[in-house]
Amino acid sequence: MADAFIYDAVRTPRGRGKADGALHQVSTLGLATTALTAIRDRNRLDTKLVDDVVLGCVDPVGEAGGDIARAAALASGFSQCVPGIQINRFCASGLDAVNFASAQVMSGQQDMAIGGGVESMSRVGIGASGGAWPVDPAIAIPAYFMPQGVSADLIATKYGFSRDDADAYAVESQKRAAKAWEEKRFAKSIVPVRDPNGIALLDRDEHMRPSTDMQSLASLKPSFAMMGEQGGFNAVAIQAHPEVEKIIHVHHAGNSSGIVDGAAAVLIGNKEAGARAGLKPRARVRAFANIGSEPALMLTGPVDVTKKVLARAGMTISDIDLFEVNEAFASVVLRFMQAFDVDAAKVNPNGGAIALGHPLGATGAMILGTALDELERTGKSTALITLCIGAGMGTATIIERI
Amino acid sequence: MNLTNFRFEVDADGIALATWDMPDRSMNVITVAVMDELEQIVAKVAGDAAIKGCVVTSGKDTFSGGADLTMLEGLGRQLGAMAKSEGPGKAMKAFFDGSRRLTQIYRKLETSGKPWAAAINGACLGGAFELALACHYRVLADHDKARVGLPEIKIGLFPGAGGTQRVARLMPTGDALQMLFKGDQLRSRAAKSSNLVHELAPAGEVVAKAKAWIAGGGKGVAPWDMEGFKNPSGKVFSPAGMMIWPAANAIYRRETSDNYPAAKAILHAVYEGLQLPMDLALEVESRWFAKILRSKEAAAMIRSLFVSMGELNKGARRPTSVPPSNLKKVGVLGAGFMGAGIAYVSALAGLDVVLIDRDQESADRGKAYSEKLMTAQIAKGRAKTADRDALLARITATPDYGKLAGCDLVVEAVFEDRAVKAEATKKAEAALGKDAIFASNTSTLPITSLAEASRDATNFIGIHFFSPVEKMMLVEIIMGAKTGDRALAVALDFVRAIRKTPIVVNDTRGFYANRCVGNYIKEGHLMFMEGVPAAMIENAARMAGMPVGPLSLTDEVAIDLAWKVVQATKKDLGPAAVDPAQEKLLDELVNKAGRLGRKNGKGFYDYPEKGAKSLWPGLAALQPKKLDADSIDVQELKHRLLVVQAVEAARTVEEGVVTDPREADVGSILGFGFAPYTGGTLSYIDGMGAKAFVALADALAKKHGPRFTPPKLLREMAEKGETFYGRFGAGAKKAA
Repeated sequence: MADAFIYDAVRTPRGRGKADGALHQVSTLGLATTALTAIRDRNRLDTKLVDDVVLGCVDPVGEAGGDIARAAALASGFSQCVPGIQINRFCASGLDAVNFASAQVMSGQQDMAIGGGVESMSRVGIGASGGAWPVDPAIAIPAYFMPQGVSADLIATKYGFSRDDADAYAVESQKRAAKAWEEKRFAKSIVPVRDPNGIALLDRDEHMRPSTDMQSLASLKPSFAMMGEQGGFNAVAIQAHPEVEKIIHVHHAGNSSGIVDGAAAVLIGNKEAGARAGLKPRARVRAFANIGSEPALMLTGPVDVTKKVLARAGMTISDIDLFEVNEAFASVVLRFMQAFDVDAAKVNPNGGAIALGHPLGATGAMILGTALDELERTGKSTALITLCIGAGMGTATIIERI
Repeated sequence: MNLTNFRFEVDADGIALATWDMPDRSMNVITVAVMDELEQIVAKVAGDAAIKGCVVTSGKDTFSGGADLTMLEGLGRQLGAMAKSEGPGKAMKAFFDGSRRLTQIYRKLETSGKPWAAAINGACLGGAFELALACHYRVLADHDKARVGLPEIKIGLFPGAGGTQRVARLMPTGDALQMLFKGDQLRSRAAKSSNLVHELAPAGEVVAKAKAWIAGGGKGVAPWDMEGFKNPSGKVFSPAGMMIWPAANAIYRRETSDNYPAAKAILHAVYEGLQLPMDLALEVESRWFAKILRSKEAAAMIRSLFVSMGELNKGARRPTSVPPSNLKKVGVLGAGFMGAGIAYVSALAGLDVVLIDRDQESADRGKAYSEKLMTAQIAKGRAKTADRDALLARITATPDYGKLAGCDLVVEAVFEDRAVKAEATKKAEAALGKDAIFASNTSTLPITSLAEASRDATNFIGIHFFSPVEKMMLVEIIMGAKTGDRALAVALDFVRAIRKTPIVVNDTRGFYANRCVGNYIKEGHLMFMEGVPAAMIENAARMAGMPVGPLSLTDEVAIDLAWKVVQATKKDLGPAAVDPAQEKLLDELVNKAGRLGRKNGKGFYDYPEKGAKSLWPGLAALQPKKLDADSIDVQELKHRLLVVQAVEAARTVEEGVVTDPREADVGSILGFGFAPYTGGTLSYIDGMGAKAFVALADALAKKHGPRFTPPKLLREMAEKGETFYGRFGAGAKKAA
């Protein structure tokens, strides 16, 4: 089996996912082409060498619909021989896109491919693509469907994380993200989004609130209490986990991931393709895995999939130097750290989606790049990147520096 | 046309009137003959150019209560027979076609090209309201007794003759689902404001109004068959739909714990149907209807909650040799919570009541309870001040036993103590005529022994009410060893007068209901001592279909009472009759922690003055060990909580305490809320099959102890492949 090497990773800054966000005027296509052209240009890549572009996108409808990956490759001026495919595994789509690209390289069917993702949450809107899972009784009922925030609150209740625990985690995320920007730790990967004249629309993550503290968070009301009670979802949560007497709602906008716009791309190839392009590999994709987890808790997949990927790679948790665990909600990361008893300093050292935002289809590829940058910065070797996923799934990837 | 159930006439304007008026029945009901005739009428109206349109009305006081449930049961029997003779595939197709005949007749009516109007003169429910919904115009009488609704869900079915599709096209989806889920009956104004009928009119004018609509050019096309029709809530996949459906699915689970397939079928039918044109939508509804019609839940609920309950209410167990007793005046001894409630329901039924307690003040307090209940009714608009005054005037509160003179029946509800009861019996009998029946409301003491205090044990009987009396529909009548037929007849006449459902059981410790309930409560206590989290016990119980968890129920009946019952059991039957783990738990709660239950605001739960109760945080410290929640098999907890009751019910049958499976089933649902979707304790066993039940109970006994060991009777039934209804027969007799 061929090795899949990571030759480069880029991402846009994350724009606040609202009408007043800096990237609201940029189309989904525009975000995706920003990432694709950047990875081409900074590597002086002959795009004829690229066998496929795999992009994650969670709400692929309207301007994001109809195979945005092919549209983006063409709009980026890639050779017409570069095809594109859009995939969707909800929040892990961006990482799965990288894994799919890697798998094609590893299997020997392709030499070089780009994995990445894009999401304009401000323009398309979360949930815009609908779907059977929350709506059709044939799946919503047996799968104990509930909104993710209620599942996150269920995780907090079941595993004993208080509002203070969640808020403290959020404050730390903001602090770490602010420090990372201050020390320019993201500089290697960030590509500004520009207008047709080259004027930068955004060159910095826009969602951060570095001044966040426990007091400011304390004033926020739980976001999912009313929905949980009136929508019947608390009862669903309790029937799935009947040891819980009542759901304690701890999550709010300040300790949940931010809604943002953005895109990312990761260049994957075998050794020969890298040599042909004149590129040096930065890291190797050591292993990856996907898993289905308990659908009511929904967001504990990172625990299950980490066990699986470690077993596949013949590794233990202590072999990992660095973890990127997507901060969909504070309780997701708190549960991950509790389950593996890992040092909090090793987990999301540069903050995460609570501070920086979670552009659904792109996040997985973004945090893989963040992990790679951090390994290089600290001289460490191995990182595990994982995300929780709607409907109860997990994706994880282990990378190691060359 | 050859009509016997309808009258059909065409007036000078060419407007037909089909008057549904079944001979030899007080109410119209949909039967095969009715369907045959309706089909003829539809064909006639559609095909006769001289007929402009048709009005459907009823010749009875009410319109109709809907379909004949025994007809639906018949379809199931035909399926079974045909599956044997012609194979399951062909049989299923025939069953499906048969089950959707009504929906097809209604659709023919709706698409006949002629305008149809329903003139609804009174209550119009179920399949009959579905007929009205298929008409293009509905006029409803505006009087107090007029109701429309689709109550099928209450007996485990759902409206399968177009009801789900037409309601969901008339009302916003959320409202439609709620109406279908709850099976509520709407009064005329609500029906109008919900868009379910077009016009209200005095009962005498509904036909004229309906005709006027046709004469005025009413169109024979349903809104959903017109170009450009939009559902009231728009498309299923729309932002509005995303607000409705996830919550609807969740609320379904909240309200049913996913135990009621008919309710889920409503969701399926509406969700799928709203995405289809009407003909296909009706076909999809029919597919779910056929499936639900074959469900064991529907069969069990129809039998227990409709057929058996109806039979028991009509006095199925009443000795026919005794002429009807003309009850006028009853006595109630003891004006505590139970006595006060018994006085209230008796007075509400129009009986004169003598309510006795040791002093005037105590007796008055008991009477004040009736005042409180009536005042609440007035506040809700369900009674008038005059009703309250009249009711209170019928209750004489007094400490004077002499006032009992002339009572036909006395119900004793004094303290659960033999000596106190014996004294009350003697004092009362001193004032009563020799034919008067004396009944004890005891919940624990055997009737035969209490009867020893009476001058005539043949006139002594148990009438066991459940608390709160005014809400609980079941009354358990207990036959002492010497209780005579007349006492039973009078007791049953009394229960009928107060509009409750009686079951008749023979004398034993705990009778029927409390034996099952006692086991249920105890199982919860034992789970707790095993280390199952308290919340999980409570949730598992509710998920199994019980209305209240066993710990919460202990709080309601009082923990010190549970402690006393355990002590009394130990005293009477020896230490082996009680479980030491349960005894220890109750001792800790009552004697060490002073937690007596809801009555002192401290039980398994804390009861804050404001807000909802919550489990007492100190509970965990009472558990000798704690199990990891994720390692516990919740399905097994649910099984334990139901099986431990059902196996006790089977024992009561074996012992001859309960003699009729209808009574065990109806009694379990009405008396202690035993998972209604099962049809009751014995239907739960029958539905699973005796063989499977015995295997389950044996497995539980092996793991958790002999309280699950099935009685010999069940083993024998398992071997022979028998059911309770097959073996004990009474329920095999079906009434219309």
